[in-house]
Amino acid sequence: MQQRTPIEEQIDLPFVESLRISFQSLKIRFGRSIITTAGITLGIAFLVSVWTNNEIGLALQESGRQSAINTFEETTEKGISTKDIWLIVMSLIVCVVGIANSMLMAVTERFREIGTMKCLGALDGFVVRLFLLESGFQGFSGALIGALIGTLGAVLLGLKDYGLDLFFYFPLLPAQPEDGTMRLGVIVVILLGCILGMILAVIGSSFPAWRAAKLPPAEAMRTEV
Amino acid sequence: MADIVVKTEDVVKEYRMGSNILRALDGINIEIERGEYISLMGPSGSGKSTLFNMIGALDRPTEGQVYIDGQNMSQLSQRQIAAFRCHRVGYIFQSYNLLHVRSAHGNVTLPMIFAGIPEKQRNEKAEQLLDLVGLGDRMYHLPDELSGGQRQRVAIARALANDPSIVLADEPTANLDTITGREIIDLIKRLNTDQGVTVISATHDLKMLDVSDRIVDIRDGLVERVRNRDEIDIEVGEVGGEGH
Repeated sequence: MQQRTPIEEQIDLPFVESLRISFQSLKIRFGRSIITTAGITLGIAFLVSVWTNNEIGLALQESGRQSAINTFEETTEKGISTKDIWLIVMSLIVCVVGIANSMLMAVTERFREIGTMKCLGALDGFVVRLFLLESGFQGFSGALIGALIGTLGAVLLGLKDYGLDLFFYFPLLPAQPEDGTMRLGVIVVILLGCILGMILAVIGSSFPAWRAAKLPPAEAMRTEV
Repeated sequence: MADIVVKTEDVVKEYRMGSNILRALDGINIEIERGEYISLMGPSGSGKSTLFNMIGALDRPTEGQVYIDGQNMSQLSQRQIAAFRCHRVGYIFQSYNLLHVRSAHGNVTLPMIFAGIPEKQRNEKAEQLLDLVGLGDRMYHLPDELSGGQRQRVAIARALANDPSIVLADEPTANLDTITGREIIDLIKRLNTDQGVTVISATHDLKMLDVSDRIVDIRDGLVERVRNRDEIDIEVGEVGGEGH
């Protein structure tokens, strides 16, 4: 059999093209995207509310105030109590598992799409980049909304516990009071919540997308969800 | 010398199912000439779809070699395989495999986006192709808004986007009614005769017989026999009578 034109190498797509395809996909899949994003929002809202609530507690303690209704042992202690640490760790776990699960499901139901794109000439890297962009955007917007909801929740709880004093001593910025526990401040907590949500969403989606992209297309298209 | 476009050498494909090994292909040797219309026929589970996947570089054989246009597929890099799927082959599937988030037009332009064709040019080409398959008036509909036959037409237009030399069709009529199936077969045959595209179709639709140049019967992962068109003419008469 004679040798004919050698097979060329596939080109990389310009970034703007990936951006356009990923946004189009988010837009048309709006309902599904909202559900996935809601998973991120809830996880981060829970984490940030617990965390912010704790920050508020610490700030108010340092100011010498105590909860109007709660005078349990742990709130009178200086610094973070074991119960608070436990709560934050639990909410972090719920957040990680929740986000990873919703991203994993969202990618798994698109294995056939990944296989099809590869049939049409998509490089593995392009597929991963699409999911990276989509999940990064979902992660950031979901986490930002979640962080704001969480903060609002914590403020409302704080108002109930401390009344309007809360606003005089509101721990907006990081602080390191003498002989006190280092406080991150609500802004840093919101920021950390956003970054965490985005990182979790990106990892939760890119890892399965990368695995699917590595599969031969026939296998990816065979996958049943 | 015949212009061979696809050649397989002792292709074996095994699937691991738990502790069992299923041998889907058991040493397939076929040669397909440029411009031919070939039907791979056989009952379900015979291995025809697996062979289809091997020829289209959609899966890797466990043993043996597949040559396309003289190139040993196992020696290609990932980028070359992607380019091969993008430029040389057009795929048509039983379940259409359209991206349901993209319109008919968006589906047809996608392979051209991957090929780096400028926007204006690919939009024009997509319109031409959708006109060719008779969907000029439904270009911007999403796949969910189209009938099965229309979806398969979109898939055909998409398969032709980068002017492939081979069209691979895996059971293209299996989900369609008799009349729509006939139309799809006629459309694929037209591409074969008018544009000289090599068509390789895995099927057990008897309607495919009378348009095929050769029929490769696959059974239990082996080539059972290869029939030329003139050997099947009599059978076609009966089938035509039944179908209409």
